[in-house]
Amino acid sequence: MKKIFETQAVRKLVFLALTFVIIQLLISTNIIDAYLQNTLAAICINIILAVSLNLITGFTGQFSLGHAGFMSIGAYTCAIITLRMPTMLGFFLGVFAGAVLAALIGFVVGLPTLRLRGDYLAIATLGMAEIIRIVFINLKITNGAAGLQGIPRFVNWTWLFIFTVGTVLLISNFLKSSHGRACIAIREDEIAADAMGINTTKYKVTAFVIGAFCAGIAGALYASYFYFLKPNIFDFLKSVNVLVIVVLGGLGSISGSIFAAILLEIISTFLQSLSELRMVMYALLLIIIMIFRPQGLMGSKEVTLSVFNKLGGNFRSGMSKLEQRLKSKKGRV
Amino acid sequence: MSVILNVEKLTKSFGGLTAVSNVNIQLEQGELVGLIGPNGAGKTTVFNLLTGVYVPSSGTITLSRDDNKVALQGLKPYKVCKTGVARTFQNIRLFKDLTVLDNVRIAMHKNVKYGLLSSFLHLPSYKREEKKLTEESIELLKIFNLDNKKDEYAKNLPYGEQRHLEIARALATNPVLLLLDEPAAGMNPAETAKLTELIGWIREKFNLTIILIEHDMSLVMKICERIYVLDYGMVIANGTPDEIKTNKRVIEAYLGEDVSNA
Ligand SMILES: Nc1ncnc2c1ncn2[C@@H]1O[C@H](COP(=O)(O)OP(=O)(O)O)[C@@H](O)[C@H]1O
Ligand SMILES: [Mg+2]
Repeated sequence: MKKIFETQAVRKLVFLALTFVIIQLLISTNIIDAYLQNTLAAICINIILAVSLNLITGFTGQFSLGHAGFMSIGAYTCAIITLRMPTMLGFFLGVFAGAVLAALIGFVVGLPTLRLRGDYLAIATLGMAEIIRIVFINLKITNGAAGLQGIPRFVNWTWLFIFTVGTVLLISNFLKSSHGRACIAIREDEIAADAMGINTTKYKVTAFVIGAFCAGIAGALYASYFYFLKPNIFDFLKSVNVLVIVVLGGLGSISGSIFAAILLEIISTFLQSLSELRMVMYALLLIIIMIFRPQGLMGSKEVTLSVFNKLGGNFRSGMSKLEQRLKSKKGRV
Repeated sequence: MSVILNVEKLTKSFGGLTAVSNVNIQLEQGELVGLIGPNGAGKTTVFNLLTGVYVPSSGTITLSRDDNKVALQGLKPYKVCKTGVARTFQNIRLFKDLTVLDNVRIAMHKNVKYGLLSSFLHLPSYKREEKKLTEESIELLKIFNLDNKKDEYAKNLPYGEQRHLEIARALATNPVLLLLDEPAAGMNPAETAKLTELIGWIREKFNLTIILIEHDMSLVMKICERIYVLDYGMVIANGTPDEIKTNKRVIEAYLGEDVSNA
């Protein structure tokens, strides 16, 4: 019995199940009230956005500034579909269509720019996101600048959880595969990766399209949860916002992105009343990280669940060691 | 013996500078050939042309594999690699922030047989192939005594071991032709001697043809069967080490740098 619990997969499963159940309980007992549920939804959506941008920027080394653009494609697609087809099936169709459309746009923008070395992608994605926003302002089907209202809400904690855990697991699985290593090799040294037989354009585009796909999912969840969309939600600042999470958590760290998404959302919930100050805070935070911890909170390291195991296992000896350390005042405390 | 590489009239100009000019090189299967010449002679540029980093201004590069002739000029580096040409870099270009094992596994990527779906879902084909990949990588690392350091970051290896890892990584691409750009640079004499032995050994073991750029004449003269000498982008001599040592043009090119004593 003990052995089973020590395997990584089972430990992961137990941890996830507990997270789900505990939060579900907190919601049904209204300890996490409607307001905090919004925070929870924002956290989940930001986790998906940050982890998928991290795949592009942190792991593959391609600087993208258009994540809000992909998100908006997912959001509007899902909204338009569910407004006409307000069923669970319509919702799934909306999420899927939104993600595929975002991926498609990602492919069209990524293929020509990612062939080139250098930061053409940043400029292209910046332009792309702006163009998408302007298109949404001018289209009839998106109801222009006023946006869409009364989008049917199908997203609850269960779906947030499933989609967030799902995308994070798929992306981290990908990164642990040979295809994922090919992406990471490009970040490390594009010339060497090329010389070692890796089709660098193919893998840059692959990472970029996967990232766009997931951003599309995040957008669809956003539309369905917050049931109101307007183009200006998805402006340049939104893309920067996601980038801040990725940089704060650490380029190349999935768990870093998750922590940072949670941390920043909690901070911004507490600063809700000071909306202008929030942007200043973000800017300050970025500057402070750049100065004191340019590699982000986690660097490129990952926290795995074995940490908890170690914590538990070392608890007793740890306590006595801590005492000794405090007494001798040596070592890192 | 059959010709494995045929380079004809290879030329590369950078603006006004002709870094490589009308170079002809012919390699027999299994040969170990040196490419020497003063700094800036164009040796690294020849490697960059052979591996697709640069597109030649003119000339042809033909690789023969089992009666198949492949034109390498104009191919992208990853495609050149897939035809069976691997290299190391003069300025070490490891994947620094990755482990020793991952450096080698990445170079094996082109032979990986599972697709994207399997990499997302870690299907049985993923598990099977990753296991195989990891075992093969460790086998390769053993040759260079790096298997016990497989989980260390490449950047944390001592300099000499980084050079070894670069060779291991190149071998992981399963080449027929191996290009080594100054593999002994920065090594002490003892390390160089060990490396010399190792290069000879991997040639036999992997059935390789090798071109070696090297400044350390003791290494070149000891293991190369034939040597090409480049100067100002042109081949000024080509012959056995003994022929090269006494070649007048070579001695002139090195202007007092003593070739014959090496
Ligand atoms: N990408 C490049 N652009 C311009 N000049 C180059 C480039 N690569 C090499 N060269 C020039 O070509 C000449 C040969 O360089 P290189 O092949 O590195 O010499 P070697 O390896 O023999 O020392 C040098 O003059 C160098 O400056
Ligand atoms: Mg050189």
